[in-house]
Amino acid sequence: MNGYPVPLAGATLLALGSGALWWAERRMLVVSDLHLGKSDRIARNGGAMLPPYETGDTLARLESDIMRSGAETVVCLGDSFDDPGAAARLDEAARLWLMRMQAGRRWIWVEGNHDPGPIELGGSHLAELPSPPLLFRHIARPGASGEVSGHYHPKAGVHARGRVMTRPCFLADSDRIVLPAYGTYTGGLRAQSPALSHLMRPEALAILTGPVPQAIPMPR
Amino acid sequence: MQQTATLPPRFADWFASRGWTLHPHQARMLAAVGDPAVLLIAPTGGGKTLAGFLPSLIELDDSPRPGLHTLYVSPLKALAADIRRNLTTPIEALKLPIRVEDRTGDTPAGRKKAQRADPPHILLTTPESLALLLSYEDAPRIFGSLQRVIVDEIHALAESKRGDQLMLGLARLQGLAPGLRRVGLSATVEDPAAIAHLLARHPDPCPILLADPGPDPDIRMLTTDEPPPWRGGGGTYAIRAVLDEVRRHDTTLIFHNTRAQAEIFFHHLWMQNDEGLPIGIHHGSLAREQRERVEAAMQAGALRAIVCTGTLDLGIDWGDVDLVIQVGAPKNVKRLVQRIGRANHRYNAPSKALILPANRFEVIECIAALEAAKAHDLDGEPRGPGPRDVLCQHILITAAAGPFDETALFREVRSCGAYSGLSRAAFDDCLDFVATGGYALRAYDRWQRLMKKDGRWQLRDPRAAARIRRNIGTIQDRDLLKVRMRGRGEPLGEIEEGFAATLTPGDTFLMGGRVVRFETLKDVTVEVSRDKGRKPRVATFMGTKFATSTQLSARILRMFRQDSWPDLPAHTAAWLAHQRSVSRLPQADRLLVESFPWDGQAHTCIYGFAGRNAMQTLGLLLTRRMEVLGLNPLGFVSTDYGVLIWGLDPVTDPESLLAPDSLRDGFEDWLAGNAVMKRIFKSVATVAGLLDRVPPGGKRGGRQTSFSAGVLYDTLRKYDPDHLLLRITREEALRGLVDFGRIEEMLARTGGRVDHMQIDRVTPLAAPMLLEMGRVPVDGAAEERLLAEQAQALMAAAGLG
Repeated sequence: MNGYPVPLAGATLLALGSGALWWAERRMLVVSDLHLGKSDRIARNGGAMLPPYETGDTLARLESDIMRSGAETVVCLGDSFDDPGAAARLDEAARLWLMRMQAGRRWIWVEGNHDPGPIELGGSHLAELPSPPLLFRHIARPGASGEVSGHYHPKAGVHARGRVMTRPCFLADSDRIVLPAYGTYTGGLRAQSPALSHLMRPEALAILTGPVPQAIPMPR
Repeated sequence: MQQTATLPPRFADWFASRGWTLHPHQARMLAAVGDPAVLLIAPTGGGKTLAGFLPSLIELDDSPRPGLHTLYVSPLKALAADIRRNLTTPIEALKLPIRVEDRTGDTPAGRKKAQRADPPHILLTTPESLALLLSYEDAPRIFGSLQRVIVDEIHALAESKRGDQLMLGLARLQGLAPGLRRVGLSATVEDPAAIAHLLARHPDPCPILLADPGPDPDIRMLTTDEPPPWRGGGGTYAIRAVLDEVRRHDTTLIFHNTRAQAEIFFHHLWMQNDEGLPIGIHHGSLAREQRERVEAAMQAGALRAIVCTGTLDLGIDWGDVDLVIQVGAPKNVKRLVQRIGRANHRYNAPSKALILPANRFEVIECIAALEAAKAHDLDGEPRGPGPRDVLCQHILITAAAGPFDETALFREVRSCGAYSGLSRAAFDDCLDFVATGGYALRAYDRWQRLMKKDGRWQLRDPRAAARIRRNIGTIQDRDLLKVRMRGRGEPLGEIEEGFAATLTPGDTFLMGGRVVRFETLKDVTVEVSRDKGRKPRVATFMGTKFATSTQLSARILRMFRQDSWPDLPAHTAAWLAHQRSVSRLPQADRLLVESFPWDGQAHTCIYGFAGRNAMQTLGLLLTRRMEVLGLNPLGFVSTDYGVLIWGLDPVTDPESLLAPDSLRDGFEDWLAGNAVMKRIFKSVATVAGLLDRVPPGGKRGGRQTSFSAGVLYDTLRKYDPDHLLLRITREEALRGLVDFGRIEEMLARTGGRVDHMQIDRVTPLAAPMLLEMGRVPVDGAAEERLLAEQAQALMAAAGLG
């Protein structure tokens, strides 16, 4: 697998350009904040009718990461669905697609703030997943170590010769990794925002997603 | 048309008491009072606005009545306030039973509410405020009594989607007030019939009244002892000469084509303004408070000059301007003529204007523009049929006001000139988009925005009306950030987000004529401090960069055919003669391509004369093809006249490179990931109601909830390439920023007749292009490479590399 290697608590992880995290030793693929069913939720609440293709697009990218990595375990780090009803309202095609991907591998849904509680789909449902030396949860807790989380949708930009290139990014330091949002319709929170700069150590890196993941010192 | 009418005695007495006589066109407007539509074309200062209002004043004096009688719509808020003041004079003098109020985005909410409950006789407003009024359920009550609508500065509105929105609004008004009569007031334009077609209810006739245009303007080129520089657009070489002119005149308006240039010029003016002449600056990026201060000083006659941009193009009364200086080639003859009209607001006195070419090539363009202005040869690109994103918004506004019948709405829309050719299928497409999203994947059956009930369309969720109202408008918001002075919070203006993102603390730029230092970016506000330095980093908030018009380009190419150029300054004539001796001069019906080595790289210059947007597109397309052909292009730069490409290998076969079919194929591909296309899509999606408009100064993207329009564009292209919004985006790209239409025009005009000059050194005409700013590195893998380089540099700088 092609990615940017990130060591954490003795484990070696690979930050993939797609925004997924690969733990080769455990053959585990981790993704966060899929936000499946987002366009449906927005339309239901009288908002815009966005192109209703993000669920399919997110699943297609996830499938491609699973196939390429040969993952035996898939961990979805919370906010996999845009709201509690979204899993139930998933259309038949998407539901079958998910089941196909789940077949023959372990699948773990970690609870998020958008989708607390069990989901009416196969796989295990956990508030958090301890997998020593690492711990997987949705929202990072200050003081934790060996922690892999999501929730914040971090993004960071690089200026070069008059252009700004902004990408979703991983944030990584010696205590934790924060994953970018994997879902197609997900915005980002700038790495400079106080929530993230307080959370991460001064020497943290931001790993920008894209065709080839690139690490930079985390912008402050 | 020679019918005239006379003023009622009271009005005649008032005119006489002020020493005025009725202008012939004002009398003809009175005579045409019963016409369903009439268009008046008059120069600035011709009493145009009074001509529009007189019939209303007389009618209301004749038979006083409650309710709204006349609606006045102008493109500028400031104009509405100006007119209210001007109307107060006759109303008070004649004790007319008339209440006049204005209603714009600046009107307090309480007053707006009162206006809806008890409308004034005359309401002065903008297209956006009118659209908002029409979205309320009580629109029929407010507008039921309406008799006349006056559209001021209709020539300016006609060039943008604001005009299309307004005309759709007029069609709505006509339905609410069937006897409504329409009046359009316009500055001099190239095609009055086109404006009349937009104004009148289709297919009603619309008589055009042409006022006496007055004497021809006294317009010359400002020549200086020093020749203009080879490149640049700021005209700062001529500061002394401009200051001399300011000193010789009472009040001078100094127009610039972009805001950044206005800032730079103003800065330099002050550095050389030893006498301390009172000079102000006025442009659209400045804070309202700043602009109002300058406007007040101007009206009080306290300023000798104002450095300004297009924001002053429209007919605000500035009093006694006796000189207009246009800095930089005007790019468009019509705009030049309208700007010159700003000078000498007295009717029937010639306006005085000077054009200052900013660089050597612009000398040629200025002379061409002067000839065109003298010949009354105005230019303009026909706008094409009414844009469908505006129609989508109009359908939403209609739905917000109440249930509607689709066939009745279709008929109403077709009564607008711009939409008179709209097919039922195209209308149904828009309605389907508004109702269901219009996706190939029918996903929103349960959550449709509009539902059909008892044969009429209505909002499924009435709460959606509030969202529709928030999103009314067609003005393209650039992503602007407010600039404030640190500590005191004094607002200075706005800069583009992209520019702000390139700033690091300590960087300096120009804002409102001051050098300021970037401190921090807080939420959506840029905080700056005063800087003592005199050398700022250039401010790159853009303003609009216009492309040289087709007509003006053609005139320049005609000038090139002359044997000699007695009208040109000697330095410029010698330059052209030199070009002719070492290569050729470009011709309208042939395409000149020059190839020469320079600085160790192969250079190729294509003189397409298709305007800067099209030339930039051509540069992007050609370098893509060159990359495929293994010619290793490194970059290019474009101007209004040509595109210069450099790379490792020379171009030997420009004919095949420029073959129309392969250019067109390249264009289709190129549309895919292009940033310009994403920008156009964003604007289309916002107007059509898919994306929410960011309220001015409002919170944006603070949290993870918002995502970029680019993601929607990519998703649609991948899964729904034939979606309505993508089709509209492609159509807009053919004009405007991508302007492929003018590449087509260039290909048709040159018909494959390529003159390829292979020369061993830089040619005179190409030399200035080597100095041009705005070089574009060739894309493709470039962005990833750039990102990787920069990431490595940052890591190394942090000791992490």
